[in-house]
Amino acid sequence: MSVTTADPGSALSRGKARRNSLHNQRLWALWGSYAALSVFVVMFLVPPFYTIITSLKSSAEMSAQTGNPWIVQHPTLENFTYLLTYPNFLRFFFNSVMVTVLTVVISMIISVLSAFSLSRMGFWGSQTLATGVFLTYLVPASLLFIPLFQIVGALGLINNVYCLVLLFPTLAVPFCTWIMIGYFSSIPKELDEAALIDGAGYLQMLWKIFIPVAMPGIIAATIFAFTVSWGAFLYPLAYLYTTEQMTLTVGIISDLIRGDVFQWGKIMAACVLASVPPIIIYAFLMDYYIAGLTAGATKG
Amino acid sequence: MAEVSVRKVVKEYDGGVQAVKGIDLEIADQEFVVLVGPSGCGKSTTLRMIAGLEEITGGEIWIGGDVVNDVPPRDRDIAMVFQNYALYPHMSVFDNMAFGLKLRKFPKDEIKRRVDEAARILDIQVLLDRKPKALSGGQRQRVAMGRAIVRNPKVFLFDEPLSNLDAKLRVQMRTEIKKVHQTVKTTTVYVTHDQIEAMTLADRVVVMNHGVIEQVGPPQELYHNPATRFVAGFIGSPAMNFFQCRVQDGGNGPAVQVEGLGTLPIPAARHARYAPYKDRAMILGLRPEHLIDWHDNTKPGVTRVDVLVDVVEPMGMETMIHFLIGGQEMSARVDPTTKAAPEQMLPLAADMNHMHLMDPDSGKVV
Repeated sequence: MSVTTADPGSALSRGKARRNSLHNQRLWALWGSYAALSVFVVMFLVPPFYTIITSLKSSAEMSAQTGNPWIVQHPTLENFTYLLTYPNFLRFFFNSVMVTVLTVVISMIISVLSAFSLSRMGFWGSQTLATGVFLTYLVPASLLFIPLFQIVGALGLINNVYCLVLLFPTLAVPFCTWIMIGYFSSIPKELDEAALIDGAGYLQMLWKIFIPVAMPGIIAATIFAFTVSWGAFLYPLAYLYTTEQMTLTVGIISDLIRGDVFQWGKIMAACVLASVPPIIIYAFLMDYYIAGLTAGATKG
Repeated sequence: MAEVSVRKVVKEYDGGVQAVKGIDLEIADQEFVVLVGPSGCGKSTTLRMIAGLEEITGGEIWIGGDVVNDVPPRDRDIAMVFQNYALYPHMSVFDNMAFGLKLRKFPKDEIKRRVDEAARILDIQVLLDRKPKALSGGQRQRVAMGRAIVRNPKVFLFDEPLSNLDAKLRVQMRTEIKKVHQTVKTTTVYVTHDQIEAMTLADRVVVMNHGVIEQVGPPQELYHNPATRFVAGFIGSPAMNFFQCRVQDGGNGPAVQVEGLGTLPIPAARHARYAPYKDRAMILGLRPEHLIDWHDNTKPGVTRVDVLVDVVEPMGMETMIHFLIGGQEMSARVDPTTKAAPEQMLPLAADMNHMHLMDPDSGKVV
């Protein structure tokens, strides 16, 4: 005769087993995501790593072609020293900085003002105009540069670095405006109304309420305008042809590649130096890029 | 301090939809008026037109003796408290309250004095350095009120300020708003859909429906003498019971015949008033508190009715009895000690001294 008794520990062990199974699933998901991320990390970090490695090698070490190319045997800063004392490179750098600062400032002034009026002032046709602004962004820059060349030529600005200050905002403003329209639209309408009743005019409302509240959106748009200008290659290549007018992107390849001689160490060092401002800007702005700045304005 | 006058005001949106259909309203200086009504009745639109946030299609709005139809909000000398607070999230509580004064270029020490005074009234002195996100819902609403108080405007406008708060906090804040009005005697227009808020706060309640004013009056008058069936049903919780009835001769004078309830004699004082409606289909209105325990009630004008109990809701200090008449759910307020159970007959006393008779065609109380 057999007696079946309920095992008090069985429920406990079943719970434990379920927890273990969940734990295992989590573990697999974790390993899976690490594996996928590792592939991306390798893909994205190997080129900059190789750039830095090469920039630290002397011309002699590179041409010797001995040893492991991923390791620097005799690190040197000679490429950097050369560039930082090379007047052409400093001119390229200055041109890039100047064009980018002006592009960002002009683009942001136009975008913020147009986005504010399109999203908040609700005038006749504002919706259609807002869609139209975005549609202009969909026209590829490579299609625009021929007609723009004629305009810039007519203005007598070919081979003048300031033509980029005119051109880059045409590329940056539509998208920046679109970002800002989205951000301004997410700000509760009651905030405008409270400001109107408190005695603010539209410009005061923009300056004292909208710009501080929409700072994450402004930073996102600023980063976009900065990237458009700093990394642009096609327009500077097509519109500028003398050394003193060039920006970094075209200056590096036209000045440091002479005939069939590629000065790899200097080219890579120039790339590293050209990457420093974006890294600083991104790191600095990201600190202020805090999502949810509107928290507390209305019922959460 | 100012009186507000709304004269034949119309608001028509694109497409010809009329949200407000030519209303007239006179609000006295220092008066607390509550606009109440269901969603879409035009109460918020009316308030926003007074604030200057909506354009007026027709009519005139006067504030303090001036027509303000074309005056922008900032020049109307009004302050508004919004349903969702509308605090500036990047500013501290102090700066939120001081914003309007700074824009009007008040001296710094005057701004500080006013903000401190408002903070004292609202008991938010310790919150002045905090940002809105660090505040609870009730505290945020206090700050929103503070922002209105510091301006010392001619008129306070409140747009459903308590709707976002939980039930307990709503009752607390309701009392606070009343206290603030007693302290800072400013003309106030308050919009709510909650009739209890309207009754407890208002000097006069304005009941709106479908863009028109149904009735204006002190809370007690609206409660006891509603002008229309809509007001009778909207004011009071639980709502008034409406019975389909017919006025007939009941032997000792006219009586109302309610199918499923019987014949209810009309008190003598009302015989003459209801005589013209004899033999007509009418609506009898009786509030739940006028349907009480029978207890061999011998008060004149009280009639016994027997109802089949559907649902019993003990509330503590009273018990609500629900029963069906003509397919409509009715309710009665009985003593908590009354033994009532579903599917059982219960004798109730219908106090006809408080009856209302309504014309089903016009919706007017006769």
